[in-house]
Amino acid sequence: MRRPALLVVTLAVTGTLGLTACGGGGASDAVAQPGSTAAAAATSTVNLYAYSVPKVAFDVLIPAFQKTPAGSGVQFQQSYGASGDQSRKVAAGAAADFVNFSVEPDVTRLVDAGLVDSSWNANEHKGIPFGSVVTMVVRKGNPKGIHDWDDLLKPGVEVVTPNPFSSGSAKWNLLAPYAAKSDGGTNKAAGLAYIKSLVSQHVKIQPKSGREATEAFLQGSGDVLLGYENEALFIEKNGDPVQHVTPPQTFKIENPAAVLKGSKNLAKAQAFNEFLYTAPAQKLLAEAGFRPVDPTVAAAYATKFPAPKKLWTIADLGGWKAVDGTLFKKDVGDIAVIYDQATQ
Amino acid sequence: MTAHTHEHRRAATATSVALGPQALDHAGATEASVTPSTRPSLSTPSTPPGAGRDVPPRSSSRRRLGLARPLGVGVVTLWLSVIVLLPLAALTVAAFDEGLAGLWRAITSPAALAALSVTVLVSAVVALVNAVLGTLVAWVLVRDDFRGKRVVNALIDLPFALPTIVASIVLLSLYGPNSPIGVHLNATRWGLVVALLFVTLPFVVRSVQPVLIETDREVEEAAASLGATAWTTFRRIVLPALAPAIISGAGLAFARAIGEYGSVVLIGGNIPHETQVASQYIQQQIEVDRPQAAAAVSVALLAIAFVTLLVLRALSSRSRRREEGDS
Repeated sequence: MRRPALLVVTLAVTGTLGLTACGGGGASDAVAQPGSTAAAAATSTVNLYAYSVPKVAFDVLIPAFQKTPAGSGVQFQQSYGASGDQSRKVAAGAAADFVNFSVEPDVTRLVDAGLVDSSWNANEHKGIPFGSVVTMVVRKGNPKGIHDWDDLLKPGVEVVTPNPFSSGSAKWNLLAPYAAKSDGGTNKAAGLAYIKSLVSQHVKIQPKSGREATEAFLQGSGDVLLGYENEALFIEKNGDPVQHVTPPQTFKIENPAAVLKGSKNLAKAQAFNEFLYTAPAQKLLAEAGFRPVDPTVAAAYATKFPAPKKLWTIADLGGWKAVDGTLFKKDVGDIAVIYDQATQ
Repeated sequence: MTAHTHEHRRAATATSVALGPQALDHAGATEASVTPSTRPSLSTPSTPPGAGRDVPPRSSSRRRLGLARPLGVGVVTLWLSVIVLLPLAALTVAAFDEGLAGLWRAITSPAALAALSVTVLVSAVVALVNAVLGTLVAWVLVRDDFRGKRVVNALIDLPFALPTIVASIVLLSLYGPNSPIGVHLNATRWGLVVALLFVTLPFVVRSVQPVLIETDREVEEAAASLGATAWTTFRRIVLPALAPAIISGAGLAFARAIGEYGSVVLIGGNIPHETQVASQYIQQQIEVDRPQAAAAVSVALLAIAFVTLLVLRALSSRSRRREEGDS
């Protein structure tokens, strides 16, 4: 009488274990936003993956888009994080429809993976709906007297900037002094010498994203935070005891946006992408602290976004492909090596 | 009576060493139920419990268990393999992705070594503090009676129930830059210690409590009647009996502390070489796309935990044997 029961138990246990082994093997990274696949069919959800700081912009852009005829009935599932991390997640299979990263290489990674069409930057604005400039955030009253890049190298000044291997913001933050010191890339040695001095002696913590760097700074770490001007405006608006100082020579930040060609809601995602370049959307972006690309809107907000004396751009340095390859490539890029030596 | 107490203590401590403190709650219960049946045996202190009772014929019980035992062993092995051994194997394979040289390089990089040493140092401090204060808490809970004792007893288990990230948020608001009491521990090693003390509180307490409940007061009273001071009684009679439980509890607290992430992530500040613990270093390596380095340091951390627990177990059984030798 006991043997059959034992047999049944054995079969049940083996069967269960076998079924769990056979079933559902999928990319563990395919973290679809909750309910998105079911909802996608019903109310069309667009899965938005962005870098860490643009939430303040999307919080106003998404409702505005939903009011337009193209965007009515469209729901958004948003995910924010370090630009490099988000890009790797999408490349590994996360279900995204629309992406907005901090730097172009994070979109190029998706083009190389076959997820984004190579014509993503074919429009007149080269796939860049908004941008910013690199600025320095200091404690209210600027007690350490920080006004330019050289002031960051003063003894005892601690600089907070994220880790360039995970964050896009970090790359902009390092390119700004590099371009200034190397005169647009012509004097590479001078530029790298500055970066080496900055990173090995003045950078103590390694936050993984722009937002995390802001939070560490607000909690008391460091004297100067390098980051986006839009992030500086955001925290000042929140009333934190900080102020921002834009050095005379700084870098133009351009944040790309693209649509995934395999998206389930391609039409809606593309409609949202196009919406970002319209005048109303550009106005909302300017209000949120992001420098608009539309020339008319930019002219209207000229006082809010003062033009620095010299604004270096990625084109001056030879474009992202060259810059990423020579400066940031893991283990071989000049700045990557400096960072490894300083942090390993 | 001495033999009875002695056997009792031996059983209690043997259980604590063999099964680990989590089982002590159950062990304590079974000890209590066994007590009445073995107490009258003044003449046969070395008779195994249950010897006088009716035992079914060996052969049929063995036949009854015939299939169950291999099945039991099989299921346990399968379960342990799937839950524990398989992930560990995958981790080790990932750690050796760049060969032994790559593993060594990853573990001995200055930042990794700094993270591991901060972790071990802070965890050792936490384990020692817990060994002392956890014993004290257990002592008060067992030996003293006060109003609200049951509430306090239940509170001890709170760190188990609370998600560790919640603990970190709470500690940050209490001891961070906006501290209402003016104590600023964020981004310091003391902040790490405080966070770890919070999450490892129950280990020593719950480890020592059952043993304290089972120890026989009569020996202590005898010592007092012979003229020993309270401190001497504690040092020479109670502490040796509790030593194995304290050691294993402290070992568990250490093992938990070196692997802790959620409760230190906000209050620690993640400053490399200063307050970055191994778990944060590992996360950073994953974020900067170096999974091999992350796996390597994880393996190092596991090795440290394993060796420590092994050493503590040896110490614990040595102190138990010495205790039996004395008595």
